[in-house]
Amino acid sequence: MGGTDAKDILGLPKTPLSLTQEKKSRPQKESHRKPDGISREVYALTGGVAPLMPSIDVTHLKRPPPHDEKVAWQWLPVKSSARKDDLQLYHWVRVVNDVPPTGDYSFAKYNKSVDVLKYTDDEYENHLTDPVSVWTKEETDQLFELCERFDLRFTVIADRFPLSRTVEELKDRYYSVTRALLRARAQSPAELANHPLIKEPYDMTRDRERKRALSMVLSQSRHQEKKDAEILAEAKRITEMRLAARRAAEPDVPANENIGSVSPSSNSQLPATAVAPSTLTMADYASTLASLRMLHVYLRTYGLEQMVQAASSAVGLRTIKRVEQTLQDLGVNLKPKVPTKTVCDEHLELRKEILTLLNLQKQYKESEGSSHREGTYAAMPDTPKDRVFASEPFSFGAERPIKKEPKRKGPGRRSDTPSPAHKRPRKLKASDL
Amino acid sequence: MEDSAVEILSASTPKPRIGIDGGDDNKNWRRRVNGVEVSVPIVCGSIAFYRGKKAKEYRTHNWTVYVRGATNEDLGVVIRKVIFHLHPSFKSPTRVVDSPPFTLSECGWGEFKIDITIFFHADACERKLELSHLLKLNPEIYSGPQSPNVPVVTESYNEIVFPDPFECFLSRVNNHPAVHVSKLPEGLNLPPPGDADDESYYKMKKGDTKDHPLSHWFLKFSDADELFRLTATRQKVYAAFLPFVQADIAKLKRQLVMVDAQPE
Repeated sequence: MGGTDAKDILGLPKTPLSLTQEKKSRPQKESHRKPDGISREVYALTGGVAPLMPSIDVTHLKRPPPHDEKVAWQWLPVKSSARKDDLQLYHWVRVVNDVPPTGDYSFAKYNKSVDVLKYTDDEYENHLTDPVSVWTKEETDQLFELCERFDLRFTVIADRFPLSRTVEELKDRYYSVTRALLRARAQSPAELANHPLIKEPYDMTRDRERKRALSMVLSQSRHQEKKDAEILAEAKRITEMRLAARRAAEPDVPANENIGSVSPSSNSQLPATAVAPSTLTMADYASTLASLRMLHVYLRTYGLEQMVQAASSAVGLRTIKRVEQTLQDLGVNLKPKVPTKTVCDEHLELRKEILTLLNLQKQYKESEGSSHREGTYAAMPDTPKDRVFASEPFSFGAERPIKKEPKRKGPGRRSDTPSPAHKRPRKLKASDL
Repeated sequence: MEDSAVEILSASTPKPRIGIDGGDDNKNWRRRVNGVEVSVPIVCGSIAFYRGKKAKEYRTHNWTVYVRGATNEDLGVVIRKVIFHLHPSFKSPTRVVDSPPFTLSECGWGEFKIDITIFFHADACERKLELSHLLKLNPEIYSGPQSPNVPVVTESYNEIVFPDPFECFLSRVNNHPAVHVSKLPEGLNLPPPGDADDESYYKMKKGDTKDHPLSHWFLKFSDADELFRLTATRQKVYAAFLPFVQADIAKLKRQLVMVDAQPE
């Protein structure tokens, strides 16, 4: 019982008191410490120690009612100002010292109703006849009577309305009638200006639209929600980029010239099926350049970082890692050690070309995978370990001719040397060059 | 160019611009030259000497942190002042160096990141530039006890880029050895330098780091190797495109054959 159990479980040494001493002190401790109001077992759950923070005062737990008051419960009739009829209702009432409670029924104050305007026949003739002549006087009268009865609960009114009309139509009629009535009765237009019905008139079509939109949102599947969020984020990004580009382009017209100067030596050797930089990426570059120029001063390394980010903005993390892995395999520093302008430009171009190459390979793989020529070709592992260029010591100066044509059962139907050992024909080794 | 400018300003009143064709004086000052880039190659680094016999518990190394021109030219042409933000355990850790060479020497025991803020002359740029340098006192690879004669040198190369520089700035720094100016557009008439805007420059005493006592520890940075490697790698990547090109050609050839074969 008590703290020693916990210590047992935890394997902690017990108090330095000898066992006999413990036995003696324990019952003493417990009889001292056990508070009234809680049972012994419950108290022991806390470890037999009083809580460090002041909690509920134990004496509050089972406080008997003050002895000077005499409380009884009686079955008494109740009077409520909310009831207009003579119905006599009864309920239990807490009577203290033989004095029943005074005052109105406590819930009577919640009995509020709407002030529905009442019009005379004259007023109706003069102001309220429906121009479109859908509503007759009888219908309008019925509508107003229902509105009064049901406190403008239009769904209920719509149910009870003898003719079938939609909730929006009923609302429309009620509000336009009331508005016209207010205008007709007002002494001056000024005092009406703040009336909520005048300030914000009911618009039936907007109401319909709103309800339709709500129901559409409610019925959206989770999938749809995710897609919407993605599209919104994308749109936001595009508008921001365009805004940045436009802002920079305004004072300086040759923004295009700058793009040209950054990629000076893009070779036209790239094949036709190469994934040309999408318009999104070009906008990225433009806006990055624009934002760099707006800085008026920046470090070359920072500029390169931003452009690299722009180049990788449209691709996933995996692809970025693959680009970096390729750079490493080829012995290129991920961040140039001597970042001059030419070095940075070349570095950026290299990254872009590797990206294009990787995309090409992916495209190729996907298209080949669907063809009937499965076999070794399509069975290409796409793990992060997959290297475009196998890591080999880079030996420049040693010029070895390409030993053999890349063997693949690609669309260039070569029947000459099928070699199942070549799983990835694209995998050129550094030694191949 | 500099000398003549100094002469003009010795009259101590800001001279009005002369020789500018028409136009408002102020407008010409703040006009930017588009398509031109001014870049200043710098090296940011530190050199740390072990104090050897004189080393105490909290003063084991004498170190110097600096921002210098990559070819040791005078950075004062562009930089007005440099603030080195030292570790808070140093007394008044915000050290301001307002004349070149922009170096700071101290004595300590710990390695930490030094934040460096660079301020430029008004005609160059109103904004400041931030960079940081990790102070290294001990060599990366332990190779025996440190010698007080061989310091630990950590340097990194970078370039400060001013895109679309102001006309006045461009005219002042054009042809200065510390500064690279990209190709100027044809027929650009730069106004002659010498104006109140860059007074701070003329007031500063000049200071390159060519004869700095630590200069023989400075590293030389050349982009030749890196450039070579990059262009060679790009060639390799081009070669990797080759099979795709061939596949495309083959596909197109087949398509052509089919098209030719049709009208029979």
